Amino acid sequence: MIHLKDINKTYNNGAPLHVLKGINLDIEKGEFVSIMGASGSGKSTLLNILGILDNYDTGEYYLADKLVKNLSETQAAEFRNRLIGFIFQSFNLISFKNAMENVALPLYYQGVGRRKRNLMAMEYLDRLGLKDWANHMPSEMSGGQKQRVAIARALITQPQIILADEPTGALDSKTSEEVMGILKDLHAEQGLTIVVVTHESGVANQTDKIVHIKDGIIGAIDDNSNHDKVMEFK
Amino acid sequence: MFEEIISSLRRNKMRTALTGFSVAWGIFILIVLLGAGNGLIHSFEGQSRRRALNSMKVTPGWTTMQYKGLESGRRVKLNEADMREMVFANKANIIEALPVVTQSGITISHGQEYVSSSLTGVYPEHPTVEIARQKSGRFINNIDIDECRKVCVIGDKTEEILFPQGGAIGSFVNASGVMYKVIGVYSDDNNGTQSMFIPYTTLMTIYNKEGFVSRILLTTKGLDSEEENDRFENDVRTILSQRRNFSSEDTGAVWIWNRMKNYLQTKGAMDILTTAVWVIGILTLLSGVVGVSNIMLITVKERTHEFGIRKALGAKPRQILALIIIESIVITSIFGYIGMVVGVGATELINTVVENMESEAFTDPTVDMSIAIEATLTLIIAGTLAGFFPARKAVSIKPIEALRG
Repeated sequence: MIHLKDINKTYNNGAPLHVLKGINLDIEKGEFVSIMGASGSGKSTLLNILGILDNYDTGEYYLADKLVKNLSETQAAEFRNRLIGFIFQSFNLISFKNAMENVALPLYYQGVGRRKRNLMAMEYLDRLGLKDWANHMPSEMSGGQKQRVAIARALITQPQIILADEPTGALDSKTSEEVMGILKDLHAEQGLTIVVVTHESGVANQTDKIVHIKDGIIGAIDDNSNHDKVMEFK
Repeated sequence: MFEEIISSLRRNKMRTALTGFSVAWGIFILIVLLGAGNGLIHSFEGQSRRRALNSMKVTPGWTTMQYKGLESGRRVKLNEADMREMVFANKANIIEALPVVTQSGITISHGQEYVSSSLTGVYPEHPTVEIARQKSGRFINNIDIDECRKVCVIGDKTEEILFPQGGAIGSFVNASGVMYKVIGVYSDDNNGTQSMFIPYTTLMTIYNKEGFVSRILLTTKGLDSEEENDRFENDVRTILSQRRNFSSEDTGAVWIWNRMKNYLQTKGAMDILTTAVWVIGILTLLSGVVGVSNIMLITVKERTHEFGIRKALGAKPRQILALIIIESIVITSIFGYIGMVVGVGATELINTVVENMESEAFTDPTVDMSIAIEATLTLIIAGTLAGFFPARKAVSIKPIEALRG
């Protein structure tokens, strides 16, 4: 599904900052992977490159067997819309749209008619237990509810891959567990490919494979199918 | 698409209202200004239409310069021979010359009623040059002239005084001892006393004027510019100065009052006024456009994060661009239309008020519908451009930077 070969990325804000120093990574279809590292390790940059939100300098990135390199903004938009579902730490819902409209937005950019996309949005909200909140604005919802709306929005285009950037970063531990539970179920029931970026070992422990990144280099890849790598997590 | 725009406009009602107001205000001011300018212009055109534009009055006066040993302050007299000579010398530019002779200090009476007035001896063509609208009866004709008839055309105010019961036409009036038959009534725009018109030849005969005229009315042709008019006036003055021994530069010796030149000067002033109105209007419109542009810039800045989200969800640059520009067009169209309607309504209201006042200084202060629509369309196009540049900026930001912002 994802094939990264010797990815390098340097930021040039004043002093050049070499963030990713030759990343090689393969993620197969149906894997549930976390990328773990301290802040400044380059894990978010890696996720942004995976999500085609940012470009890379050298190397090769294949997403669903297609080379993602030097895409025009229009092509990148098309890729993001069809292949990728995003879940952000700060939810990134549009504040003046209600839950249903937020969920339906990716379909709008696919050219789906209003009636159909609203119907589908309701279906996905229902799946995440938010049917009664469909007409509420994001400001009227709790953090956990907002993240569930964001998950529904990520799922509605039936993407090949879900990218989650610190999905529990803004949530308390109880809702964090809830959200990770949803991701686990999605993986287990629908076989979705999910990549989670986190610095919390507890979150990483829920995934099947943990990619440790440090100073722009992949340190170790642990098989975590028994969910026993991080002992302190209950 | 429109849902997207309406929902974002609704989100920030204050901003939308302020942008809209600056647009509507620009159009409104433009239309009211143009209307006011048109009011002045229409009034000016209406006034100049009443009299022949190509008319000129030559009146003998007093010399103001010494000439060939002759003192200044001499009375200049002109007779019919001078007139004929002047016409002969300027055949190319003169259609017709009408001598006018007046006799002042006349008391006109009918029964117990009387009025102090004057007599003006005229030719039948007199009303084509001077304002004298026939109210009833007829004007002096050629037979009256040929036979030196004692007939008269009195003013409508004179009629009111002398004939309070009506029946003026066919009656006789006494003008300082001479009886005239009233053949018509005229009206004019003067507030002062109205002179009584009698045939030119009759006045010449009765008051023994020896062919000296009070003034000469000319209708001219082929004088379209101020320069030509100046030249023509000089030619006329030169001819008369040679015959009557005064300096050809002495503008007091014969007074020349040229309606065409007057018209051209006023018209020049009106053209400047029109230009000024347009310039002010366009600048007002421009401030509206700048307002839209400014607010679109702020909007784009404010919404960078939202555009980042939209991009992450798969919005293409073209779609973001269209979103912003169409939003800008919707604002300018709706509020431009409102401003246009209110502006046209205001000019129509002023028009009604002015019509009721029967004011002459201000007539029909309205704007052509086509101009109002053109102005609105201009603003909409400007609004599009005003939205385009901020939009292009928004689109050029990388999604990851937009999301961070």
